[in-house]
Amino acid sequence: MIHWGRGLRACGGSLAGVKPARGPAEGLDEESAAWLRLLVAGGGEQQAAERELHATLLRIALAEVRRRSASTPVTGPELDDVAHQAAADAMLAILAKLGEFRGESRFTTWAYRFVVLEVSSKLGRHYWRNPLVALDDGQWERLPGRLGVDPEGYAEAAGILAEVRRVVEDDLTIHQRRVFVAIVVDGIPLDALAARLGLGRNAIYKVIFDARRKIRHALVVKGYLEEPGLEQ
Amino acid sequence: MSDLSGLERFLRTDPRDVGCDEAMTVLHIYVDLVATGQDAAGRYPGVAVHLQACGPCGEDFAGLLSVVTDG
Repeated sequence: MIHWGRGLRACGGSLAGVKPARGPAEGLDEESAAWLRLLVAGGGEQQAAERELHATLLRIALAEVRRRSASTPVTGPELDDVAHQAAADAMLAILAKLGEFRGESRFTTWAYRFVVLEVSSKLGRHYWRNPLVALDDGQWERLPGRLGVDPEGYAEAAGILAEVRRVVEDDLTIHQRRVFVAIVVDGIPLDALAARLGLGRNAIYKVIFDARRKIRHALVVKGYLEEPGLEQ
Repeated sequence: MSDLSGLERFLRTDPRDVGCDEAMTVLHIYVDLVATGQDAAGRYPGVAVHLQACGPCGEDFAGLLSVVTDG
């Protein structure tokens, strides 16, 4: 059995019992077909392919956490840990889902997606070990800056921003308000909030999407914005 | 008049937006289309809209595209 380093041990994962659901898909490009064949070949060939794939996933994960390092409070060795864990978990997921690969992209692109998404998810969870902002902080004074209003324009924008706040406080549900304040007002990363609330990214995005529509509608009614064209 | 274009942009929603789950389901296909110079946005307009509007999904797209194109 192959061990993929500290990340695999840390998350308690194991390849034991992980079997692809079916054999390689038909009509693939040569490289994709080779990957699929080797990853189910058994013996030394399969182990070598798994080692190569894991090494590539780890290289990608390390590059990806560094690419995102400016936008996360996770730093130093913890950032490397995130990369190791992401690579190990992505490896397990890829092997478990080999049978779901349909050949709609190159195999490597399909496989690399797992590690990129794992990095996102893990950075979201690790955010709370050293958060830049506490949940429910409500730093409304920072909203103009977050929305791109420069300091010279604050006074002129005061009316519209007050209306945004009124809609958030009066017209949104408690859940919508909490999510909006966390993401938009306090700038908590969406994946971090999703992890904290035990929700998926899409659920948080949908709340913000609906809140944006509701706020826009209120601003149009009050004459602050014109009726939208394409968007509704 | 102060510049409220940031607010205007933020509040703009597009009904074609497919959301995170659908966008991430086809991310690898979308990225391969982009990487090979094909019309990804034409084939998946709702995904294109979403990747523009959703910061985290946009980051994932940028990350995967970077991996695929830069090696």
